Amino acid sequence: MHESILAFRKRRYLWVALGVIGASFVAYWIHDPQEPPNGGTWLGYTLGVVGAGLIVWLTWFGVRKRRYASTAGTVQGWLSAHVYLGMALVVVSLLHSGFQYGWNVHTLALVLMLVVVISGAYGVFVYLKYPQRISENRGGVSNSELLMQLEDLDKRSVRAARDLPPEYAEFVDSGIRRTQLGATLWQRLRNDDQSRIVLPGGDPAGVTNAGQEAALDWLAEKQSTASDPDVAAKIGELSALLRNKRRLMKQLAVDLKLQASLEIWLFVHVPMTAALLVALFAHILVVFLYW
Amino acid sequence: MTFDLIIVGGGPAGLSAAAHAEHLGMNYVLLEGSSAIANTIQRYQKGKHVMAEPMVVPLRSDLSFSAGSREAVLDGWSSGLGDASVRFNAEVTAIAGEKPSLEVTLANGETLSAAAVVLAIGLQGNPRKLGVVGEAEPFVQYTLDDPDEFSGETIVVVGAGDAAIENAVALSRQNSVIIVNRRDEFARAKDGNLNLITRAIDDGSIKCFYSTNVGSVESGKAINLNTETGQARVECDRIIARLGAIPPRGFVESCGIEFPSEDRNALPELSNKYESNVPGLHIIGALGGYPLIKQAMNQGYEVVEFIKGNEILPADHGILEAKFRPLPFNTDVDATLTLIRSRAPMFEDINGLVLRELVLASEILTPKRGNIVFRKNDYTNTFISIIDGQVEIETESGTPITLEAGQFFGEMSLLSGRRRSATVKASTDCVLLESPRREIIKLMNTYEPVRTSIDRTFIVRTLRAGLVPDALQLELEAIASSTEQRNYNADEVLFSEGDEADGLYLIRSGSVSVSRRIGGRDIVTSYVAAGNYVGEMGLVGQSSRSATVKATVATEAIFLSADVFQTMMMRNTGLRERVQSTVKVRLSENLRMEAAPEAGDLISFLMQQGLGEATDVLLIDESLCVGCDNCETACAETHGGTSRLDRAAGPSYAQVHVPTSCRHCEDPHCMRDCPPDAIRRAPNGEVYIQESCIGCGNCERNCPYGVIQMAGEKEPAPNLINWLLTGKGSGPGQREELDASGLQKKAVKCDMCKDLSGGPACVRACPTGAALRMSPSEFVNLTKGGS
Repeated sequence: MHESILAFRKRRYLWVALGVIGASFVAYWIHDPQEPPNGGTWLGYTLGVVGAGLIVWLTWFGVRKRRYASTAGTVQGWLSAHVYLGMALVVVSLLHSGFQYGWNVHTLALVLMLVVVISGAYGVFVYLKYPQRISENRGGVSNSELLMQLEDLDKRSVRAARDLPPEYAEFVDSGIRRTQLGATLWQRLRNDDQSRIVLPGGDPAGVTNAGQEAALDWLAEKQSTASDPDVAAKIGELSALLRNKRRLMKQLAVDLKLQASLEIWLFVHVPMTAALLVALFAHILVVFLYW
Repeated sequence: MTFDLIIVGGGPAGLSAAAHAEHLGMNYVLLEGSSAIANTIQRYQKGKHVMAEPMVVPLRSDLSFSAGSREAVLDGWSSGLGDASVRFNAEVTAIAGEKPSLEVTLANGETLSAAAVVLAIGLQGNPRKLGVVGEAEPFVQYTLDDPDEFSGETIVVVGAGDAAIENAVALSRQNSVIIVNRRDEFARAKDGNLNLITRAIDDGSIKCFYSTNVGSVESGKAINLNTETGQARVECDRIIARLGAIPPRGFVESCGIEFPSEDRNALPELSNKYESNVPGLHIIGALGGYPLIKQAMNQGYEVVEFIKGNEILPADHGILEAKFRPLPFNTDVDATLTLIRSRAPMFEDINGLVLRELVLASEILTPKRGNIVFRKNDYTNTFISIIDGQVEIETESGTPITLEAGQFFGEMSLLSGRRRSATVKASTDCVLLESPRREIIKLMNTYEPVRTSIDRTFIVRTLRAGLVPDALQLELEAIASSTEQRNYNADEVLFSEGDEADGLYLIRSGSVSVSRRIGGRDIVTSYVAAGNYVGEMGLVGQSSRSATVKATVATEAIFLSADVFQTMMMRNTGLRERVQSTVKVRLSENLRMEAAPEAGDLISFLMQQGLGEATDVLLIDESLCVGCDNCETACAETHGGTSRLDRAAGPSYAQVHVPTSCRHCEDPHCMRDCPPDAIRRAPNGEVYIQESCIGCGNCERNCPYGVIQMAGEKEPAPNLINWLLTGKGSGPGQREELDASGLQKKAVKCDMCKDLSGGPACVRACPTGAALRMSPSEFVNLTKGGS
């Protein structure tokens, strides 16, 4: 319904970025220094200044994003430019280096820059792909509503168990208390259901109950051996509730995974930007000290 | 016992009257039905900040009053009363007779008489009692101040409204609670409360008796219930009955006081000395239409002066004098008021006090020849009476309509809540009275002639604007008197596909959706807003309805029967062509929507969210939203730290998400009952709350979309660069409230960033372009190009 950051204003900033890249290549092509291409030639310095300027400006996005009353463009426009010019930065810096690398602070700055840009590119990818998937997976309701549905199912299970022998209440209770989804970032990304349950008469430490499988198996066994048809029907009811819970947990797990993916790259992008700024400062300082 | 004066009701108005009577050494008594003064204010939360609006009016009372905490205000009154003669627990059941001898009967049977009675009982009414044996037992209560006061008790709550549910849920935290509901569901409750109570009943934390009446209350702490299946006796420590209040109108009428109309919001007729139609019986305060504390206190003082026979100028005299200064009439305040009355026939019958209040609330405009009064598409909704001079209304045909002294304009936006439909210009130097919408609505509710006059004019002008621009005034007035106003609730059908086409509907307020049955299901083909008409197709072509028309929100329509319409068509040559061109546009719209049924489904979904009455709504494209909440943070940071929108809340359909955020309704629910009239609409349509908010919370309760909240002032934001570098201070969107007690809260809502250049911050701060604002007429575009 609306434009994405890449399509923003007929890809205005793509053309700007291509302009920067094109100009850098043409200059590099024409330039014929005495020594092999490096950062110390006039073109090297020029590209260095452009690159450093770009880095500072790209970092400034973090400030602009938080200047909520600013009328300097929209944040979407800034992000679109941030993405395209961030890509252009790679070309500018590689040409600036003249493809000379070593174990030094200069190459460190270059590597950090690449890490930042690559993590950002991944960010663009997830920003474009995942919102739609999250929306489809949720099916029109919010995350908190899904959690409320889960709570509701749990309550109904507790009530259904009340009409059965006491061991069922304990069984349901332990299943609810040990339901665990996405406790750590890693589990979220791995879409891992860490739920456990203590089965009546079983190991008090509990068994794994991913996908409510252990619980459903136990109930199936009980249902098949129940002699009283009323009890069997009640167990069936409980098992239907747990099957619903399994479906909901899957939905939630996917939601957690996709949401975590939307954020995870920022944990690289932002700290690495800070490191890059430090390395960039060191790089410039060193260059001028050892002129 | 005989008095000079009996004052009924110990609220701000009555107390101020008593204090002044005491000061003047009169023989008087103040009768208060409960055991304390100022009941309504006593019921405020502890420490609540009481405001002293309107600021411009000076206080005139022997009691002190200024903005401050509830306790300070109440203490000030208590000590100011000194030795005043006040009788508590003296509920008045009847007032009879007239000057010079009125009889006041109390609940205990005692009768008092006086030469004059001042009725200052407010509008709250007395709580409805259980109406059974034992209803007055000491363990039965009809209010609940602090639910945390009780613990470990068995409490029976009687009632099914919001108050009963809120009490029951709050009490259930520390007590065993049983709720008694007369019906089989909680139909009257707000959605939020409905969820709370059904959940609490489901999980067993509250026990509920449905379809149950209270039989009796035993003094031995038990209640007898008549349930569907028989009698039940429940032992309990406490019974809390929350059955609403009995509006005071019945009692007031029983005293012989007349109301000019049946409308439940009508106010009694009063002289400019606050005297009702019963000689010697005076009405002041909220009951007389003055809900603010300061107004009520001033009236208490003034009414006593009047009863003593003293002529004093009302407290607002100086304000009126200043207001009238620029006028060319050179007359004093009273003469100017008389002049206004004589120049505006519509106000002929309203009483002096109401006219005075109207003028006080209104602006006097004196545009010079050629000045624009308002422009087409402005969002203002004031009502303007011409006192002197002439104005021109611009029309599409080019020939302007001239209005002169005694006529009025602005009724279109007043009634529909929509933008101005035409530009109005002063054609000579003018004197105009620009009245706020709220005051005119109050007049319309009270005075039938005012309502009829405005309604008629509205119909005549709507017909002229949309259908028959060349018709004669007389002809249009004849048509207007043969029309019929029809009111519809949301989702109610105006007419169905296949019905006989019996007439045309002009949508006066609200909006409707048009749908057709295609391939076994209803497909919405268009949305028609107020100011337009529907049902025209059946009148120029087919004789049966080709589509179903349904109200999307509460809607008022004016119905023109087919006969009237045919006569109009015969007399006005251009009409058929005009209607046919509308039909053509509708038909092509239909074809487009039929080809894309999912677009119709999306529009239906949006209408179900109440967006039919929106003027500008925030929508979120879920295929782009990354959930960063920068929109909320931007809102908070541009509005003193409190976000006025909740992104994640609210439903979605086809990847269009409707967050909890103000839609700037055409006829805003929040404006309905704002004592200081602090909620306004800016010319561009933004509905916003002014500084004069007194924090009463009415708008928060009246908003059906939950977009208004009460918020206190927050700490100032730290410098952004400092925060980014050092992390000191609170980050964007995380500021703490300054006053931790949260007592000085005021209502806050979206103002569409009307004071910021560049437009709404939520939209400008969205990094992915997912947030967008649009008006309902643009919804069709959501689906035009696909996503």
